[in-house]
Amino acid sequence: MSGNVYIYILVMAGVTYLIRMLPLTLITRKIQSTFIRSFLYYVPYVTLSVMTFPAILRETSTPWSGAAGFVTALLLSYKGKGLIFVSLCSCAVVFLLELVLV
Amino acid sequence: MSRTNTQQFIKGCRDGVPIMLGYLAVSFSFGIKALLEHLTVGQAVLMSVLNLTSAGQFASLSVISAAGSYLELALSQLIINLRYCLMSASLSQKVDPKAPFFHRFIMSFGVTDEIFALSAAAEGPLSPFYTYGQMAVAIPGWTIGTLLGAIAGNILPARVLVALSVALYCMFIAIIVPPAKKNRTLAVVIAASMLVSAVFCYAPYLREISAGMRVIILTMVLSVAAALIRPVKEEAA
Repeated sequence: MSGNVYIYILVMAGVTYLIRMLPLTLITRKIQSTFIRSFLYYVPYVTLSVMTFPAILRETSTPWSGAAGFVTALLLSYKGKGLIFVSLCSCAVVFLLELVLV
Repeated sequence: MSRTNTQQFIKGCRDGVPIMLGYLAVSFSFGIKALLEHLTVGQAVLMSVLNLTSAGQFASLSVISAAGSYLELALSQLIINLRYCLMSASLSQKVDPKAPFFHRFIMSFGVTDEIFALSAAAEGPLSPFYTYGQMAVAIPGWTIGTLLGAIAGNILPARVLVALSVALYCMFIAIIVPPAKKNRTLAVVIAASMLVSAVFCYAPYLREISAGMRVIILTMVLSVAAALIRPVKEEAA
């Protein structure tokens, strides 16, 4: 390592904070354009879907346990269960399945 | 804090627990990796406290260990974390207009995939205190996980780590599915996003695109498409 690690850390912290802070503080009015409002409405759903699938299949030792956790989460959240319950049940399913499969 | 603020804060803390669990697992592995790349325990923890970004921090390790320039580090963070820009823009419309402005500076620090997800899904205008509650449990989870990973290496059995690693994804699912139950367009958008994401992950050439870029590109393209095809009426957005 040639650079100073602390400067590296500060540089990345600065960049990351600005990315997060500028939109939140510069956009203060209610956006009037239906298109932009619709776009921003869909952003979280698209982002979370893209990040979840197929990444969840690659996170586990075998794609099958990841798929089982995925389906468990889908079913339980469709039934309206809470975040913690859904997460922990899916983790348990993955854990138990990996005991058998891996 | 007024009574509602306290209630929002407590609700945030409670909803933040799965985030904390997921962060513990992810940052634990980050702590291990940071030490392998010759950071000290203190540096690893400092990085976690100041950055609070999983993909960005993992990526920074390769730049730092390769003695990359500060500019290269800054650019890599900009690209990987550009999605936060979209999330913050989205939250800017959601924050309770009655909340004092300075809250936005503090909330900004907590814009992560997970905290954003919960904040965006909150019913009605977003109380900054709901976000603070999540930050109050999630940030210690991220920091302590890094610390534990860095000092203790492999205390937790690998099986437990693997099982915990899906916690965040399952939480995302629990966030996006309930609104989609009531809204068919959302259900289609979610299914299509997952499908296209899978194509980008496995198809030749497309799979060369890094995970961070994939999220940015697909978020832009698919959200624009959804907004053009099914514009949201005033009350829903």
